[in-house]
Amino acid sequence: MASKPRNERRQFLQKAGLGAALTGIASTLSTPIWAKTIPQELTATLPAGMRQPGSEFSNYGQPSTHEQGVIRWISANSAASGNGVSWTPLHDLQGTITPNGLHYERHHNGVPAIDPAQHQLLIDGLVNQPLSFDIKSLLRYPMQSRTCFIECGGNSNSGWRTNPIQTQAGYAHGLVSNSEWTGIPVKLLLQEAGIKPEAKWVIAEGADGASLNISMPLEKLMDDALLALYQNGERLRPENGYPLRLVLPGWEGILNVKWLRQLRLTDQPLMSRDETAQYTELQTDGKARQFTFLMEAKSLITSPSLGMMLPDNPATYQVTGLAWSGRGKITRVEVSADGGETWLDAELQGPILAKAFTRFNLPWHWQGEYAILQSRATDETGYVQPTRETLLDNRGKHGFFHYNAIVSWEITEEGDINHVYGF
Amino acid sequence: MSMVSKLLFLIISLSVYSSSYAEPDYQPLGNPAAELSESPQWNLSISTDGQGLPVGQGIASQGAKIFAIQCAGCHGPAGIGASAEPLMGEVGSLASEYPEKTVNSYWPYASSLFDYIRRAMPINAPFSLTADEVYALCAYILNSDGIISADFELNEQTLPQVTMPNRDGFIAIYPDNHSLLRTHK
Ligand code: HEC
Repeated sequence: MASKPRNERRQFLQKAGLGAALTGIASTLSTPIWAKTIPQELTATLPAGMRQPGSEFSNYGQPSTHEQGVIRWISANSAASGNGVSWTPLHDLQGTITPNGLHYERHHNGVPAIDPAQHQLLIDGLVNQPLSFDIKSLLRYPMQSRTCFIECGGNSNSGWRTNPIQTQAGYAHGLVSNSEWTGIPVKLLLQEAGIKPEAKWVIAEGADGASLNISMPLEKLMDDALLALYQNGERLRPENGYPLRLVLPGWEGILNVKWLRQLRLTDQPLMSRDETAQYTELQTDGKARQFTFLMEAKSLITSPSLGMMLPDNPATYQVTGLAWSGRGKITRVEVSADGGETWLDAELQGPILAKAFTRFNLPWHWQGEYAILQSRATDETGYVQPTRETLLDNRGKHGFFHYNAIVSWEITEEGDINHVYGF
Repeated sequence: MSMVSKLLFLIISLSVYSSSYAEPDYQPLGNPAAELSESPQWNLSISTDGQGLPVGQGIASQGAKIFAIQCAGCHGPAGIGASAEPLMGEVGSLASEYPEKTVNSYWPYASSLFDYIRRAMPINAPFSLTADEVYALCAYILNSDGIISADFELNEQTLPQVTMPNRDGFIAIYPDNHSLLRTHK
């Protein structure tokens, strides 16, 4: 709506001011028109929030009480409650940034309570000078921000099962979240300690109840890894590694060590439990893939998806979802409504960032026919998200980790939505 | 400011600006930590050649007793089939229709078994076991599938010499084949 011309608005203000001044002194003048013409019944129909003061300020805001169903879904070990995962409700979210309280969790033995004043980071091993840092000092270093996803190597692993799991999108694929991480380039501190030429690997260790230790190539830490202190603008949440964690953009979640206490430079990987017994992928010939650090391109339709329903037809529905790749930018997401027979390009919502969530959208005209909705991502290296059949042909069915196949939602003629394995 | 110092100021601030683009300008704040680096609390990781192993020893029969009390509740009396990961049995099953990844069937090194039990198990009381107890538990687990004999003493010398059945079962994807599966339409 166009605003009133300036003159008219000034006149309106002058009149109102005059009116108010006059009512104060001369009660003989008529009361303002709105007070006379709005009857009690009309005011009563205004929303309650308009007829009374609202609640007071809060020191830290919480979601609306009407959104209490938007939660991480916890799946923990019955005998060890701090061992397990909690899933991001991707199907309930929009945009690309995961709220801090909904970032997925994978803890091996709970969330430690760390006093930042007591926490130390030690950089040692093949360095010229072992160095320790306290959090106060780290906060004085130059910082960088990086928006990227972190995905657990075990995300979507129900896909390896013979029968498609009937779980909401986020509760089957939500061991991935996307945040703006702020911290110190790891490279800076490694250089301060002085890297010896023999150094090739780094063993990171966390200060949690699992003292999680794992090796990673020095090359990656010198490239784009961050020592993150902040997540989406605020200091890390305890469950996301407070006060300090590693962020290795595009690489398997397990390497993004939380509650980081040590980086030891070595010439060889340690072969710890979490790089041998776990996070390796057994193939059909009995050999296992090891050091599969990269998270390959993947996409998922978050709406419509299982747990929702299509209320009417013919109608237009907004198909929306997320795509991401550990190797760089998403360049294309295609959507199919017929189980992969024909594909249409979805619109990619900018900004498209490397190794970060990219939101895609496509309006879909549904006439009430049986349909299978799928999305397929392509990244800037030309890698195309595989079908489940291709993935299983390549990897067998016992890989457990790194499942990135196309996800299929079956739409019945009644508008119900089921998870199927596609054609 | 004189004309000369103004010019100097300009040159200096410009050079700081342009150099900070490639190399950030910051004050190094790390504390020398050679001593810390030597202390046991900062040497928890044990490498495949046994570096980092504490002095100690244990045999399978000692481990069996500890296992029954401290581990069986979650891992099962025979180390398989309970709420936590299977630890024993199923050696040779990896290429079969129903592979089972146990310590004895899957783990390539014995060093990581010691490393992991000491730091993480029992899960409700990490770091509660003595070095002797951890050696004994490792001996018990390994002996259950005949990887070592019943009277074989595991200690800081012998543990790294144990050859696990699946020692050669891993193919390193990084760096050469980092990302094998490429699909094209
Ligand atoms: C309260 C339950 C509990 C008890 C008691 C327990 N564990 Fe565990 N254990 C677990 C859980 C849960 C895991 C998986 C941890 C994870 O996911 O990181 C595990 C993992 C392991 C693993 C790694 C298995 C693999 O293949 O990755 C070993 C080895 C192990 N435990 C040994 C032991 C030993 C030895 C003891 C006794 C000293 C013990 N555990 C006591 C729950 C328990």
